[in-house]
Amino acid sequence: MSLLSLRRLTKSFGGLTAVHNVSFDVEPGSIVGLIGPNGAGKTTVFNLITGIYRPDQGEILFNNTSLLGLRTHRIIALGIGRTFQTIRLFQNLTVLENVLAGCHCRMRSGAVSAMLGLARHRREEKKAVEQAMNALAFVGLDQNALQQAKNLSYGNQRLLEVARALATEPKLLILDEPAGGMNEQETTALIDLIRKIQEQGITVLLIEHDMSLVMRVCEKIVVLEYGSKIAEGTPTEIKTNPRVIEAYLGTEED
Amino acid sequence: MGKRVLIYGGIAALLAVSPLFLNAYWTDVLNSIGLYAALGLSLNLIVGHAGLFNLGHAAFYAVGAYTAAILNTKYHIPILALMPLCGLTAGLFAMIIARPIIHLRGDYLCIVTIGVGEIVRIALINNVFGITGGANGIFGIARPNVFGWIIRRPQDFFYLIWAFVALTAFLFHRLENSRFGRALNYLREDETAAEGSGIDTAHYKLMAFVIGAAWAGMVGNIYAAKMTIIAPESFSFWESVVMFTLIILGGSGSIPGVLLGAFLIVGLPEVFRGFTNARMMVFGAAMIAMMIFRTGGILPARPRRYALPAKAAAEESA
Repeated sequence: MSLLSLRRLTKSFGGLTAVHNVSFDVEPGSIVGLIGPNGAGKTTVFNLITGIYRPDQGEILFNNTSLLGLRTHRIIALGIGRTFQTIRLFQNLTVLENVLAGCHCRMRSGAVSAMLGLARHRREEKKAVEQAMNALAFVGLDQNALQQAKNLSYGNQRLLEVARALATEPKLLILDEPAGGMNEQETTALIDLIRKIQEQGITVLLIEHDMSLVMRVCEKIVVLEYGSKIAEGTPTEIKTNPRVIEAYLGTEED
Repeated sequence: MGKRVLIYGGIAALLAVSPLFLNAYWTDVLNSIGLYAALGLSLNLIVGHAGLFNLGHAAFYAVGAYTAAILNTKYHIPILALMPLCGLTAGLFAMIIARPIIHLRGDYLCIVTIGVGEIVRIALINNVFGITGGANGIFGIARPNVFGWIIRRPQDFFYLIWAFVALTAFLFHRLENSRFGRALNYLREDETAAEGSGIDTAHYKLMAFVIGAAWAGMVGNIYAAKMTIIAPESFSFWESVVMFTLIILGGSGSIPGVLLGAFLIVGLPEVFRGFTNARMMVFGAAMIAMMIFRTGGILPARPRRYALPAKAAAEESA
C-alpha cells in the first residue's frame, strides 16, 4: 500500500506538455528522488501533487484519498509538507514566525478567541511556540529564532523552509532542490538531516540536481525527461540505465 | 519596553484630561482625529496586515452610518444600541462585495475597491430603495443616551469616541499577536508560500475585509450619532484616501503608527490653518519628505515578541 500514488498524470500549458502520462508510487517510510534534466517537468509534478496546478488527466492518491480538486492548504492539512525551489520565506518576519506558519493548520483558535484572550487560545499559542522551537532545533536553527528570516544565510534559509514544512506535521515531505545553492559541507549536513527526517517516520520525496546527494540518500529514483518518465529504480539501476545516461550526457554537453 | 509603556501611558493620560482645558473647537478636532484613528485601525487590518489595497473603505463606513441613521429615524431605536447591527451590516456587505474580487492582486484590487466606494456613494445620492434620503441625506438622528446621560457636547463625544478607539486598539493588538494576525502577515509577505504552508489564504483575505469593514461600520454609527445628519458627501473617495494615507504615513501594520498618522493627517491641517493657502502645500511637502526618509512609516510595525521556552531563552542570552 503506497502512501502517494500518481496515475497517468498529464499536464500541458498551451501547446507544451509539461508532464506526460507519469505514474509512480511512493512507499511509506521511503526516500524517493525525482530527477531529470532542466525543464523535464519535475517541479510541475510537485505543483500538481500540492494542488497549485490541476492535472489535465490522471489521478493523485494520498493515503487512498484523491487529491484532485483540493486546494493547496487542504492538501497540506492532509499531511503533505513542501518546500520551494526558489526560497519562499516570509522575509520580513522572524524565523520563529516562519515556522509558526507551518503550525497554523494544526491550530484552531480564530479571531474572536484571540480578541477575548481566552485561556484556550493562550495555551494553544504557547504550545505552538514550543513546537516551532522544536522544529527549529531539529534543523539546528533554534538559536536564530528571533532574527528576521531575510538575515539568514542562503543555506540556513533552505533549512528554515524545511523546518516550516516539518511544522505542518507531514506524513510526506516534498523537497524541491533542497541542496540548491548549498556548499559541500552544508549538503553533507542536509543528507544527515534527510535521514533524520526519515527516522521520524516521515516519507520524503525530493527533486535534486546534486547527483551525489540523490545517489546517497534515495532508495528509489524516478527519472523524467521532456515530461515523461524514462526510468524508475534503485540508485544502482539508474546509474547503469542507458536511457538515463543518454538523457544526462545530452544536457551536460552544453 | 518599560519606557515605551511610560510614554504611551503619559500620552493617553494627557489625552484623557485634554477636554478639561481645550475649547469646544479643539475638542472637536480631537473627536475627528479619534474617528479617523478608529477607521484607520480598521483599514489597517486590511491594508497594513493583509496587504490588500483597499481604497474604498468609506463604503463600509457609509453602510454602518446609514444603517444607524435609517433605523434610528424610522424606528427610534437608540443609536448606540444599533452599533452591533451596524457592524453586522457593514461586515455582510463586505463579504458579498469582497468574495468575487478577493483573488485580484495589488493594483487591480485597488481599482475595483475605488469602484465599490463610488458605487455606494452614487447609490446613496440616488436614494436607493427610497430610504437613503438622496443627496440631502438623513437628518434628525437622535442624540445617544447612555443611562439617562445625553451625549451632546464635544467633550461628551470625546469620551465616547476615544473609549471606542482605546477598545479597538486593545482588541486589535490582541488580534495582531495571534494565529489570525500572523496568517494575515503571511499572505501579505508571500501568498503562495502561505497557501503552501497550510493557510487558507482566500478565507483570511475575506475575513480581513469582513472584520475591517464591520469595524468601520461601527465607527459609522458613532459618526451618525455625533453629526445627527449624514449625507453621501461625507463618504466620498477622499475619505478613503485619508484613511489609506494615514496608515501608510504613520506605519503600516502598526497600531501606534496608525494613531499617530491620524493625528498628523487630520490634526496638522488644523494646526497649519495660520498658513491659509499654503497649508496643504506645507502638509504635502512634509508627507513627501517622510515617505522618502521613512519608508516603513513614522512608527513602523515592531516585530512581535514571543516567550520562548526556558531552555532556548537561556541559550539566547548566553
